[in-house]
Amino acid sequence: MATARGAYIARTAANWAGVIPFLAFTLIFLLLPTVNIVFGAFRGPDGGFTLDTLAKLFEPRLANSFWLSIRVSLFSAALGAGIGFLVAAAVIHGGLPAWVRAPMVTFSGVAANFAGVPLAFAFIATLGRLGLVTIILKDWFGINIYTMGFNLISFWGLVFVYLYFQMSLMILIISPALEGLKREWREAAESLGASGLQYWRMVALPVLMPSLLGTFALLFANSFGAIATAQALTGSSQSLITVQLFAQIRGDVLQDPNLGYAIAFGMIVITAIANSIYIVLRTRAETWQK
Amino acid sequence: MTEQTLSLPPAAVGRTARPRRNAWRAMSWAVFGMGILYFALPLIGMIEFSLRKRRGTYSLDAYTSVLTDPQFQATFAYSVVMSLITIVLGLALVLPTALWVRIRLPRLRPVIEFITLLPLVVPVIVIAFGYLRMFNTSSFLPMTGTVTGTNVLLAFGYATLALPYMYRAIDNGLRTLDVQTLTEAAQILGAGWFTIIFRVMLPNVFTALLSGAFLTFSIVLGEYVFAALLDRPAFGPYMIWTGGNKAYEPAALAVIAFAITWGCMGLIQLAGRLFPHTRAKR
Repeated sequence: MATARGAYIARTAANWAGVIPFLAFTLIFLLLPTVNIVFGAFRGPDGGFTLDTLAKLFEPRLANSFWLSIRVSLFSAALGAGIGFLVAAAVIHGGLPAWVRAPMVTFSGVAANFAGVPLAFAFIATLGRLGLVTIILKDWFGINIYTMGFNLISFWGLVFVYLYFQMSLMILIISPALEGLKREWREAAESLGASGLQYWRMVALPVLMPSLLGTFALLFANSFGAIATAQALTGSSQSLITVQLFAQIRGDVLQDPNLGYAIAFGMIVITAIANSIYIVLRTRAETWQK
Repeated sequence: MTEQTLSLPPAAVGRTARPRRNAWRAMSWAVFGMGILYFALPLIGMIEFSLRKRRGTYSLDAYTSVLTDPQFQATFAYSVVMSLITIVLGLALVLPTALWVRIRLPRLRPVIEFITLLPLVVPVIVIAFGYLRMFNTSSFLPMTGTVTGTNVLLAFGYATLALPYMYRAIDNGLRTLDVQTLTEAAQILGAGWFTIIFRVMLPNVFTALLSGAFLTFSIVLGEYVFAALLDRPAFGPYMIWTGGNKAYEPAALAVIAFAITWGCMGLIQLAGRLFPHTRAKR
């Protein structure tokens, strides 16, 4: 009896031994650093428990940064999801030749990863004050977009640039869902007399809704954590919360070291919410794709 | 869905359907055209801008200037080496674990999967911040105290960032295999774990492995936050610095970065085509 039990324990131990390197690595280099930050957010300068540090997040300077980041993420996610969906739907269900699809998906894969610093440079070269499109519009058509109030280094400029990777990510994720729409549904709808618009509004969109909303949440988290594009594009003129935290860590404004923890904690909470929505909705979306 | 695939007889579609369908198609083309315009213009813009360095004519001066810059060479080489180390590290971490979980501990799979998704949930900057707090000179593991230590820490950080992509690529590869049977067959023939991993599993998931590797490469190469906060001379911070100090070189850098991203994605596709998943004939 005792030997059987011993063997069982030995086997269990051996089973677990294989995952120990992975668990140890992720514990030390992923979980503990994150937990460390979370605990730090509830600690005061003296090391005791306090909610004062978190309360500082609601001071105007930080609250504004959070709000700016949330707005940029909301708009870029909503527009990225909306327009990306339209483009993908147009290509897949709009009567375009079928050979367009594969290149579109491949290109989206590249564009979704073409983020960060180079993306900002590409847009500066195109729509900056000396950019190609800016100059062509001015020289050929007499339209000076900068006197008309356009500015790449602004809120909408940032959203416009973010759309590049947001839209491509949307196309990448929603294309399989769009291709999963069954032909029978459309035919059934049409033989019942539905117009194209009615089919989309009453059949296709409700089926796709979980995918759409889920991807929207993913796009939100995607742009909320982004920093390099904004840093390269606007310097620190648009003080996104990531840019603030970056400066705080670098020691530029380090009056209160615990404040950094609080900002980081706030960011974790927001992205965690967005990602949970994504994961829940994705599971729900999969029920239709079987 | 196109007209051709519609199985209804044309008469049943009715008289009004055709013009309406043409309107749909015209709208689709318009949307598609706008999409192309939006995606292509910045690429054209950056290429054109990168050629403008010499006054009055197009030239490759910006590229010459970038490529001969010792800073570029140093940071680029640093990031390439870092990417390769990250790939090896990520594979060493993920492949045995994914295998082991499939064979011996299926119960743990959701947990492992959840952990690998965490780097997408916790923003990169927060993880980097955690590193600075946890591994500083006054901590139990003072890795940021030495250059080597910081380099190792950066590689570990990159491996953490690559975890979601690596794990998903390899797990997708393993999904198509009967891991259990393969392992048992190998064990009956006397294979140890080393042989099982390197001579049985690795060739079978090679394509999946390659796509994980190339994706990791393109992510690590231009990564900015980690390298900047750990103060390592990587390509990402160099690009930011160039953006603030040069006029035409940033566009040239953007073209180079885009070409590399495109190359990595192209290689993923190529790998899938060159090494298709082969199955023994029954």
